[in-house]
Amino acid sequence: MLHKSLRILGLGLLALVLASGVLVSAQEPVEITITGTASGAGFDWLATVVKPLCEAQLSDAGMPVTISPVEWVGSGDDFRQQVVLDLGVGQGGDILNLDGFWIPEFVEAGLVKPLREVAGDAVMEWDGWDQIPEGLKTILGFQGEIYGIASGTDARVIWYRADLFEQAGIDVPWTPTSWEDVLEAARTLKAAGVEWPLQLNAGTSMGEATTMQGYLMALLGAGQHIYDFETGKWIVRSQAILDTLNLYNDIYNIEELGSQRFQLAQNGRDLSFESFSQGNTAMLVEGDYFWRSIVVPGGNFGMDNRDEVVRFAPMPAEEPGMGYNGQDFVTISGGTGYSLNPNTAHPAEAWGVLACMFSQESLEGFNELQPRIRARVDVPVTGDTTMSAIATEILPLTTIRPPLPEYNRVSAEAQLMTERVVSGEMTPEAAMDAYATAVIDIVGEENTVDMMGS
Amino acid sequence: MQRSILSRRISVLFASPAFIFIALFLIYPFVSIIFISMTNRTLVGATAQNPDFVGLDNYIRLFEPSRWMNRGEMGFSLYITVQFVIGSALIGQAGLGLLIATLFQRRKGFIRELVFSLAVAVWIAPDVVVAFAWFAFLDPFDGTLNAILGALGLGQPDWLLKYPLLSIIFFNTWRGTAFSMLLFSSALSSIPPSYMETADVVGASTLQKLRDILLPLLRPYIATDLILITLWTFNTFTPFLLTGGGPAYRTELLSIYTYRTGLQFFEIGKGSAIAVIVMLINLVLASVYLISLRSRPLEQPSD
Repeated sequence: MLHKSLRILGLGLLALVLASGVLVSAQEPVEITITGTASGAGFDWLATVVKPLCEAQLSDAGMPVTISPVEWVGSGDDFRQQVVLDLGVGQGGDILNLDGFWIPEFVEAGLVKPLREVAGDAVMEWDGWDQIPEGLKTILGFQGEIYGIASGTDARVIWYRADLFEQAGIDVPWTPTSWEDVLEAARTLKAAGVEWPLQLNAGTSMGEATTMQGYLMALLGAGQHIYDFETGKWIVRSQAILDTLNLYNDIYNIEELGSQRFQLAQNGRDLSFESFSQGNTAMLVEGDYFWRSIVVPGGNFGMDNRDEVVRFAPMPAEEPGMGYNGQDFVTISGGTGYSLNPNTAHPAEAWGVLACMFSQESLEGFNELQPRIRARVDVPVTGDTTMSAIATEILPLTTIRPPLPEYNRVSAEAQLMTERVVSGEMTPEAAMDAYATAVIDIVGEENTVDMMGS
Repeated sequence: MQRSILSRRISVLFASPAFIFIALFLIYPFVSIIFISMTNRTLVGATAQNPDFVGLDNYIRLFEPSRWMNRGEMGFSLYITVQFVIGSALIGQAGLGLLIATLFQRRKGFIRELVFSLAVAVWIAPDVVVAFAWFAFLDPFDGTLNAILGALGLGQPDWLLKYPLLSIIFFNTWRGTAFSMLLFSSALSSIPPSYMETADVVGASTLQKLRDILLPLLRPYIATDLILITLWTFNTFTPFLLTGGGPAYRTELLSIYTYRTGLQFFEIGKGSAIAVIVMLINLVLASVYLISLRSRPLEQPSD
């Protein structure tokens, strides 16, 4: 009797264990990692908005996930290197924070796949697409396919310190209309005791920040892009390139209006930010990222009085009307976003998380952390007049980098060209010739154009 | 006639794990790198998926005379590396190591222990920690070195920007002297004290003792030391943490050049070609080492 009841009890226990095992396995959440986001508002959004919101949402939908945002401590170029090596061997996070201009060369290398190929029909059925403007869809796109969802776009301007300008006797608000106006302001500031009044990025250690915030901002002002979109050729020698290099030479070598050290040192970009925040630099050409993430109170080089003293002016052309497309002022835009790793073991869940990240509720939460132009039209910018002004005044002037797989290697040569001039290794003419040789090597002579006529 | 305990077949069996290991981790990568170096393979872009066979193009481009010595090219990098090896390994580490070992020869006490402990501690400390310490040391405004120089009224140069190569030569000397010091120290202790005492009795000068007793006896050790540290210094990557190879490629050692080309610019084909050349240079250095080891008994004084 006792024997029999024990046996029943044992069987009962066994059944219970089996049943609970089945239940647990049905509810076992899969882990979805999100990699490549640096500390700051973007990471806070992932950790405090996306994680609770999307875990709950996907759990309700019967796809339980654990979302693990992995903070990236390093530069954007460092993450590009990491992600190329990861994807090359079929590894990496499930959701990746990618810069839009990496996409063409990644696609050609087979490292990323279109969203609909990774996650299937669910991607096409997402109702969020209707809320995202065409221009933003293409930021993580290439040849008509979409590889990720853009977080937003940006634009570049001259950030300046109104307090230093007033001390030096320059009227604020300040709107320079030529390079000479910018240099003249720098001279006045230097005379008034500002050590390194002007920062225009140069050199290889800043990576793409040199090309976008420095070289291209000047080159566009001299009337040209790095690439001729009409003929499909890379411009390797031209008066505009020479003017740009002479501007660098003037700022860093002849007049010493900017710090050569910031351009050449390993941590030069941070040094320039620090110098601006401490009042040793008064003008700095940067994207709105600078306003949102660097000098924002609590940012890496936060300024508690940011809203009072930091202003922006549009980047002027060399002479009025001489800018790219005949413009008086120039700027250029890029954008980052989130993409699915084609190697993910859980594509359905990863897409679920990505779609939830870009839901209206999630992006509204993001805007509370950091007001910015978001990807969705149903999420308005709130409460930051500077960001609104950039959206309405600067963004209409913008252009983009050539979305071509060779761009990155040409860009690296442009960075090297500026470094050669700023460091005094080469004259502007010699640096341009070295650039021409290197670019011809990369893209082939038939894809380049020499506009110096010799 | 002595028969081996093991048959030939059994010995091959026992040796096979080692052979497989070597084939898998040494010969296969070696051959594959040679193969990749003859393609235009990259890690991004179209040539990542469909590389073309380009024969010796990568090598020809590396050695193209018109830009061979430009900054950021093969010749310039080799030139930097040679200066770095001569400065930091041959003169710096071996010279300083020999000096310290000779100074503390047959001495005991606190100072010797302190010097030896510090040198060894520096040698075994992790790279990243050491790099941070040197950033603090060399900082132009708040650095220890410039604080000292400034107090002495000697000026405060921006070391990593104005004298980058000199900085990494000093850095690597400081970092690696312990090996030479320990090797020479034990070599010196193997010289019988009676040699030196006899020399003292016959009234030999310090220079004569060094030239006629110490150097001939130390010669094989010096040869071993020089070749080993040359090989290590030739391949070291740690200065990257201090300068990243810059500014403007002025500290781009061959190891950093290889890394930049293959893994930062993602031109893995060209990077492999550089790696093959570096391997060949290493092979020559290693052969010199092995040959000198074999001929060592002949170098020993016969009397």
